[in-house]
Amino acid sequence: MSEVLETPSDRLLAAVRQLLTDKGVVSREEIFERIQATDAATPAQGARMVAKAWVDPAFRARMLADGAKAAEELGIPMRGMPPLGVLEDTADEHNLVVCTLCSCYPRAVLGYPPFWFKSAAYRARAVRDPRGLLREFGTELPQAVKLRVVDSTADYRWMVLPLRPAGTEGWSEEQLAAVVREGDMIGVTFPKVS
Amino acid sequence: MHDMGGVSKFMCDAVDVEPHALSAFDREVDAIRQLLGAKKVMSVDELRRGIEAIPEPDYLRLSYYQRWIRSITDNMLAKGVFTEAELLAALEDTK
Amino acid sequence: MSGLLSPGTKVRVRDDWPETRGACHIRTPHYLRGAEGVVEKHLGAFPNPEDLAFARPASRLNLYHVRFVPQAIWPDAGGEALVVELYETWLEAA
Repeated sequence: MSEVLETPSDRLLAAVRQLLTDKGVVSREEIFERIQATDAATPAQGARMVAKAWVDPAFRARMLADGAKAAEELGIPMRGMPPLGVLEDTADEHNLVVCTLCSCYPRAVLGYPPFWFKSAAYRARAVRDPRGLLREFGTELPQAVKLRVVDSTADYRWMVLPLRPAGTEGWSEEQLAAVVREGDMIGVTFPKVS
Repeated sequence: MHDMGGVSKFMCDAVDVEPHALSAFDREVDAIRQLLGAKKVMSVDELRRGIEAIPEPDYLRLSYYQRWIRSITDNMLAKGVFTEAELLAALEDTK
Repeated sequence: MSGLLSPGTKVRVRDDWPETRGACHIRTPHYLRGAEGVVEKHLGAFPNPEDLAFARPASRLNLYHVRFVPQAIWPDAGGEALVVELYETWLEAA
């Protein structure tokens, strides 16, 4: 490996940006636009999908069959994105997503992966000590509920469709979406009604 | 190194569950990676291979996006998108 | 294993360590090498990342969700099931 790669990262970025724009590989405008577009993808997108699945059984079925198509139905841009799989929680089984090899994350519907998802501790422990891991997020999974850990190693991105919390009967989709957080869609927490 | 599932030395590490805001550096590296992928200059698989080639002490010392810019640079050099001489000259300009 | 595998098929992950033989990029985690599991679902066919990582022409491979028992991998493991995406070239009959 070339020693030049040891250069401090901010200087590497400045030099790479300079060279790629000088050579017409990318433009500064494209970089700016891409940052804007990426910032626009947030957990609110996934939360809208979850809320709709809670109130609309036909949408729920379509979402479980093909998450990307269901996202597009709600106007979430999925072009060029990897396939999106949806893991359905039931009263008997809870899903937890990890990528032990890197940090594969359903970015189209959840945005940038959070710091903890990329950490060595999360990646190592999710597959071997998942209940201990959940406790660090304040989540106590009842022993009767089976825990199914999905290691996202390849071409799919996975999100969890959590159980609808009690006490939300009659709520609108907007109200429901507001209680769904990013961790609920990875499986480290459950949606809570305060 | 990158293949961390169940690795014993991390099993006692607590997970830092606090939010960490991304920096301007992080966002720009992410955007450049996406553009290089969309333009078929470098695939995400090539990015990963470049990250996996980082020696362990550096891998653990570098932040997530610091690994990315290092892999991107490595890939651009290997593909001849720019040469090491051009990179060294551009780095001089950043001093 | 070639040919489409149906859900319920018992498989073993090849006990192969390409990373000891030189530069490579593989998407099969170390902890699964040699482990036995059950095919849960066919997920489609995708270009082989082991080739894409080197910008080589990549053939399309069948990709499966395969379910494992965590305690068979680590005796101290928690959780009831571990499900991983694996390419057909990494699977053999069990």
